[in-house]
Amino acid sequence: LYFSFDYKFKNLEGYVGFANLPNQVYRKSVKRGFEFTLMVVGESGLGKSTLINSLFLTDLYSPEYPGPSHRIKKTVQVEQSKVLVKEGGVQLLLTIVDTPGFGDAVDNSNCWQPVIDYIDSKFEDYLNAESRVNRRQMPDSRVQCCLYFIAPSGHGLKPLDIEFMKRLHEKVNIIPLIAKADTMTPEECQQFKRQIMKEIQEHKIKIYEFPETDDEEEMKMIRKIKDRLPLAVVGSNTIIEVNGKRVRGRQYPWGVAEVENGEHCDFTILRNMLIRTHMQDLKDVTNNVHYENYRSRKLAAVTYNGVDNNKNKGQLTKSPLAQMEEERREHVSKMKKMEQEMEQVFEMKVKEKLQKLRDSEAELQRRHEQMKKNLEAQHRELEEKRRQHEEEKANWEAQQRILEQQKLDASR
Amino acid sequence: MEMLSGSHPPPHTFNNSGEGARAVPLAGHVGFDSMPDQLVNKSVNHGFCFNILCVGETGLGKSTLMDTLFNTKFEGEPTQHNQPGVTLKSNTYELQESNVRLKLTVVNTVGFGDQINKEDSYKSIVEFIDAQFEAYLQEELKIKRTLHSYHDTRIHACLYFIAPTGHSLKSLDLVTMKKLDSKVNIIPIIAKSDAISKSELAKFKIKITSELVSNGVQIYQFPTDDESVAEINSTMNSHLPFAVVGSTEEVKIGNKMVKARQYPWGTVQVENENHCDFVKLREMLIRVNMEDLREQTHTRHYELYRRCKLEEMGFKDTDPDSKPFSLQETYEAKRNEFMGELQKKEEEMRQMFVQRVKEKEAELKEAEKELHEKFDRLKKLHQDEKKKVEEKKKSLDDELNMFKQKKTAAELLQNQAQQAGGSTTLKRDKERKK
Repeated sequence: LYFSFDYKFKNLEGYVGFANLPNQVYRKSVKRGFEFTLMVVGESGLGKSTLINSLFLTDLYSPEYPGPSHRIKKTVQVEQSKVLVKEGGVQLLLTIVDTPGFGDAVDNSNCWQPVIDYIDSKFEDYLNAESRVNRRQMPDSRVQCCLYFIAPSGHGLKPLDIEFMKRLHEKVNIIPLIAKADTMTPEECQQFKRQIMKEIQEHKIKIYEFPETDDEEEMKMIRKIKDRLPLAVVGSNTIIEVNGKRVRGRQYPWGVAEVENGEHCDFTILRNMLIRTHMQDLKDVTNNVHYENYRSRKLAAVTYNGVDNNKNKGQLTKSPLAQMEEERREHVSKMKKMEQEMEQVFEMKVKEKLQKLRDSEAELQRRHEQMKKNLEAQHRELEEKRRQHEEEKANWEAQQRILEQQKLDASR
Repeated sequence: MEMLSGSHPPPHTFNNSGEGARAVPLAGHVGFDSMPDQLVNKSVNHGFCFNILCVGETGLGKSTLMDTLFNTKFEGEPTQHNQPGVTLKSNTYELQESNVRLKLTVVNTVGFGDQINKEDSYKSIVEFIDAQFEAYLQEELKIKRTLHSYHDTRIHACLYFIAPTGHSLKSLDLVTMKKLDSKVNIIPIIAKSDAISKSELAKFKIKITSELVSNGVQIYQFPTDDESVAEINSTMNSHLPFAVVGSTEEVKIGNKMVKARQYPWGTVQVENENHCDFVKLREMLIRVNMEDLREQTHTRHYELYRRCKLEEMGFKDTDPDSKPFSLQETYEAKRNEFMGELQKKEEEMRQMFVQRVKEKEAELKEAEKELHEKFDRLKKLHQDEKKKVEEKKKSLDDELNMFKQKKTAAELLQNQAQQAGGSTTLKRDKERKK
C-alpha cells in the first residue's frame, strides 16, 4: 500500500509531523558527538604529519607531540593520537593512527603485518564488545579510512605500494594520495596519476569508491573527482601572504605553492571529500562491509572449527548458535540411525540363534521319534514272536497230550 | 559509534570527555560540522521505519485514532466482540511527508478484553513483542548478516487505550501494563475522552497516574536530557495520560474544515487543545520524540531481552575467575559442553546395547541348556526302555530255547519208544507181571 502525501498542497491540519524526524536525528547526533579514526601510511619524509595538520587546521603534530617521521623507530610501530575538536556546536573525537617506520627499512618484507594486526585487533575489540551479554559503552576504535602516501617518483607504484594495498583493500577504505605534489609539473602529475590508476586496476586493487547517488549534480561532481584520482596533495604548517590573502602554502624562490588552490593541487578535493561530504560514508562502509567481512570470517572459523569451509559456504547465513543447534540435531539423527542399525543387527542375530535352536530341537525330536518307533517295532516283533511261540507251544502240548492219551489207551 | 537511523544506533554512548584525548583549537573552518547533515542525509535516503502497537478493548477507537494521527485511512474493518482470544494484526504502510519516507507498521490487538476469562489476554501481546525482538536477535547473531537493510519490526511505541469510565484503571489494564512495561515504551491514553467532563477528567488522570505509580508500572517518560526539548517534554509528561478523541470526519468551523465530532450540544474539535490532548499526543509521539522512542526500544528494551535470552542459553561475560571471555572462548565452551553431552548420550546407548546383548545371550544359552537337558532325559528313558525290551527278548529267547530242548527231548523219547517197539510196552507189561 502506498499513501503519498504532499505537504505543500494540504493545509496545516493535514500535516502529520514525521517530516521532522530528520531534525530529531540531527539533534540527537549532535548530543552524542562524533568520532573518526584515520590511519596514515607511508615512508617517512612524505609530509604525512603536515598534511594532517593542514587537513584539520590544527597542530596535531607539534614539538610536544611530534609526528611519526620524527620518532625514530627500528621496526614498524602502530601508534594512535586522540584529539577532541569542536566546530559549529559539533564535537569530533579524532583518532589519528600512525605507522612510523613503514617502508623505511632496507628489507621491508612484512612491514604491512603490524598494520594488518592493528586493524584486525580493533575489529576484534569491537566484535567482542558487540558480543557481550551486557553491552553498554561500545567504544568504536575501528580504522575508518587509510590515507596511503605514494612517493612522487613520477614513474609508477612501487612493489611495496602494490603489496600493501592488495593486502589491505578488503580490510579498510584505502585512499591513495600522491604526496608532495608540488615536486611535479601538472603534465608529469597527470601522467603519473594515469599510470598509478592503470596499475591499480591491473592488480585488482579496490580503493575507496564514492557511492552512487540519484542526484545528478552530485554525480557530476563525483565523476570529476574520479577523473583526478589518485589525489595529489601538498600540505603546509605555515601561513604566507599571497596577494593580500593569508594562505597556507610553501614558499619557493619562484613562487608560492598554495595548499588550498585547486590549480596547484587536489588538497581541497581531499579535504572536502574526506571531511565535509564523505566522512559518514567512510564510517558506514567500514561498518557494513569491512567489519562484517571480518566478523563473518571470524565466526565461521569459530563455528566450523576445522570443518571444511567450502562445503558450508552456502550456510553462512546462520548464527553460530543455530549452526551448533543444527550440528546437534544432525548428531542426534546420526545416533538414532546408528541405534536402529544396531537394533537391526541385534534382531537378526537373535533370530538366527533362535532358528538354530529350533532346528536343533526339531532334529533331536526327530531322532527321538525315530528311536521310539524302532523300539515299538522291536516290541511288536517280540510280541509276535512270543505269540507264535505260545501258539506253537500250545499246539505241541496239545499234540503231546493226545499222544499220551493214545499211549494210555494202548497200554490197557 | 553512530549508525544510520534507518538501521539502528548501537548501544553506544559516546564518551564526551574522550579518554586520553586532548582538546585542540582549530585555526579555521575544517568542515566536520557537516557531520550531522551527512548523517541525516543518509538516513533520509535510507528511509525510516516506525512500529506502533495499539492495545485496548474493542470499540475504544484505536483504528480511528491511527487514521486521525496519520491523516489517512488505514485498511481494516471494525471487529466484532466475539473473538475467542487475543490476536495481533499488523499492517505496514509506506507514507511520505515532504522528502521523508516512513515505513509505518500499525499493530492492533484484536479481541482484547472481550473474553470472560481475561487471565491470558496479555500473553499473546507479550509473545508478539518478544517474537520481534527474537527476529532481530537472530539476524544480529547470523554469521552473514544484513542489519543495514533489515526491516525492523520491533515495537517502538505502545499506545495503551484506557476506557473512559472516569473512575479508575481496570485490573486487566494494570496486569497488562505491568507485563509490558519492561518490554516496550508504554504511552497510556484515555480513549474517547469526549465522554468525560472536564472536571471528571482531571480527577481521572490523577487516579490513573497514582494507580500506575502504586503498582510500579513504568510508563514512557518523554526525555528531558536534551536542552532543546527538555522543557516541552517535561510539561507534556505532566499531562499524561493523554485524553484523546479521534475523528476523520470534517466539520466546518468558521471558514475552515476541521476534524471534529458533532453532538447536538456542541462540536468536539480534535485539534483544539482545549477540547482534548490529541495535538499533544501527536507532538510528543511523532514530531518530537519519535527518534527517542526508537532509540529507547533499541538500547533499553531490546538489550534487556537480548541479555535475558543469552543468559538463559548459558552465556556469560566472565569466566569463574572473573576474566572476560572472548567470543571464541564463549563459543568453544558452548560447543565443548554440548559435544560432551552428545558423547555421553552415545556412550549410554552403547552400554545399553551391550547390556541387552549380554542378557539375550544368557537367555539363549539357558534355553539351549534346557533343550539338551530335556533330550538327555528322553535319551535316558529311551535307553531304559531299550534295556527292558532286550531283557524281554532274552527271556523269550530263553523260553524258546527251553521249549526247543523240551521238544527235542520229547521227540527223542518218542523215537526211542518206537524203536523199542513194544519193548517199552513189554517192559511195562513185564513190570506189571512181576
